Amino acid sequence: MSEDIKVKDGLRESATFDRNTMTEIRRAAETGIYDIRGFGAKRKLPHFDDLLFLGASMSRYPLEGYREKCNTSVTLGTRYAKKPIVLDIPVTIAGMSFGALSANAKEALGRGASLMGTSTTTGDGGMTPEERGQSSKLVYQYLPSRYGMNPDDLRKADAIEVVLGQGAKPGGGGMLLGQKITDRVAKMRTLPMGVDQRSACRHPDWTGPDDLAIKIQELREITDWQVPIYIKVGATRTYYDVKLAVKAGADVIVVDGMQGGTAATQDVFIEHVGIPTLAAIPQAVRALQEMGMHRKVQLIVSGGIRNGADVAKCMALGADAVAIGTAALIALGCNHPMYDEEFKKIGSAAGFYDDYHEGKDPAGISTQDPELMKRLDPVDGGRRLANYLNVLTLEAQTLARACGKNDLRNLEPEDLVALTVESAAMANVPLAGTNWIPGKGY
Amino acid sequence: MKTINLTEQSVRDLNQALHDQAIECTEREWEVLEPKGQHNIACGLDQNISVDIKGPTGYYCAGMNKKAHVTIHGNAGQGVAENMMSGTVRVKGDASQAAGATAHGGLLVIEGNAAARCGISMKGVDIVVKGNVGHMSCFMGQAGALVVCGDAGDALGDSLYETHIYVKGEVKSLGADCIQKEMREEHIEELTELLNRAGVDEDPTAFKRYGSARQLYNFKVDNTSAY
Repeated sequence: MSEDIKVKDGLRESATFDRNTMTEIRRAAETGIYDIRGFGAKRKLPHFDDLLFLGASMSRYPLEGYREKCNTSVTLGTRYAKKPIVLDIPVTIAGMSFGALSANAKEALGRGASLMGTSTTTGDGGMTPEERGQSSKLVYQYLPSRYGMNPDDLRKADAIEVVLGQGAKPGGGGMLLGQKITDRVAKMRTLPMGVDQRSACRHPDWTGPDDLAIKIQELREITDWQVPIYIKVGATRTYYDVKLAVKAGADVIVVDGMQGGTAATQDVFIEHVGIPTLAAIPQAVRALQEMGMHRKVQLIVSGGIRNGADVAKCMALGADAVAIGTAALIALGCNHPMYDEEFKKIGSAAGFYDDYHEGKDPAGISTQDPELMKRLDPVDGGRRLANYLNVLTLEAQTLARACGKNDLRNLEPEDLVALTVESAAMANVPLAGTNWIPGKGY
Repeated sequence: MKTINLTEQSVRDLNQALHDQAIECTEREWEVLEPKGQHNIACGLDQNISVDIKGPTGYYCAGMNKKAHVTIHGNAGQGVAENMMSGTVRVKGDASQAAGATAHGGLLVIEGNAAARCGISMKGVDIVVKGNVGHMSCFMGQAGALVVCGDAGDALGDSLYETHIYVKGEVKSLGADCIQKEMREEHIEELTELLNRAGVDEDPTAFKRYGSARQLYNFKVDNTSAY
């Protein structure tokens, strides 16, 4: 409803019971089931837009934007692994499952990541040959469900990511509804076709950090200590989780903020559980610094990364790399306006589509429908993703050079200021134009 | 036979030696002495070898086993034979929690009792327990068979998919969506074969069968405007 209509008719919409809220109440009354959807948090949250860089001027010396070197490579897993992963750019592709995504989409992600010398990640449901074949660096997720978990695939991986949680649903398990459990997906997961598959939220054979330390040792033994082991947590009690993960023996910590996407979970979970990515990074970095492990155990951050500025801000706050999921799918064609008419036929619109769980994605990405899947050419999709990753990297380099840094990892909190009091408090950087960090005095 | 004493060599040394066995194994029979409850013994094996562990083991012994035949002459700690793909693991004593968790294939025999969550999320393994199993056993069991010659604890087969469960003794309670089912001829045959493979002398007709009611397979969605 526009402001004009409100003024003209004297109508006033309730801020508490707005139309979205009323629609959800009616939907709940109609169906008796909570709203399930994909994507990430849609509410407005403190985010990287609330931070600005202090470019160099008199007191700092910038690097020449187009000529001077600014390193983007990062090595992950230097703590224990015999073969750490070297990424050419500090932007990786987050874990997304075959099942949630089509085989073509998984292949496209692998192709795009490989073109840029970075890694991609499996998801719930195991490793597909398409994905392994097209990914020069592939991280194998080890999840509570253990769907498709196979020691041969484990040994084919370039790293292992033990998933404890996800930013979109910390404390919750995965979900893949029956529409997408095709014959191939069912066989990979050892499930009957068509079931609404609800993954467990806890690992079946360990509880707590002491057990996890033994589990990590088992994974290292099985892979002969060759590859790095990551631990991924959804951002909640990040400071404590990171400390425990380091103690348990992680090589790399992945912190996923609440803006991180999902293929399917309860809307109430996406919008009401977890903390913003911006708030999580300083907690993680502080935990690592206090243990003397910052830069020794690498930190990957995900959840709402959209552009090179977001990448640079994450790194300035202390991350070693970032991971993207939703943005990577958008680069492939997710929610593309060219499919607007088809989105409308299924009750959505381009730019709004989040019913990934229904398997009807007109863009052919979050679907197992053979006809829809054909719409995504994995070679073209891979090129689009590579182009996008390239832009992220160039943008981040531009900002780093402007701050006088010849390596993205040389960016630091001192290069940042905040636009709002809340973002200053969360990011632990001064409010712009002041020396004031909330909670720290002047 | 190759013998490794774990007071003289590390678990890492043992596992590397076992992993180094190619298809044309130089040593098919291995004996492990004085394991003293250490974790991750003989995990990740992938050749047709035989490993006899002479004593108790810690967590994840024979984890992710493939093809190998592992015998533990003692009790086994948490997650014995977790995610096993094939081969055989035999525990001569008792097994702690999550025995055979998520295992995709092979045969796990526990000659004593198994603690809680035996066969949790099992995906095709066959498990035969001569004694009792603890609570939440076969939670979210997807495929394969769990045979319990003694009693089963609370919430057996909670949220079960397609694992077949056979219990000779008492079941303290069944979990959500797990029900007792008719024991038909094909089930007697399956159970007989399982008991034979495990080397367990029991009368198959004395067992009851449990399986999924399949009522949790799909969300229940009302549609009030349709009525």
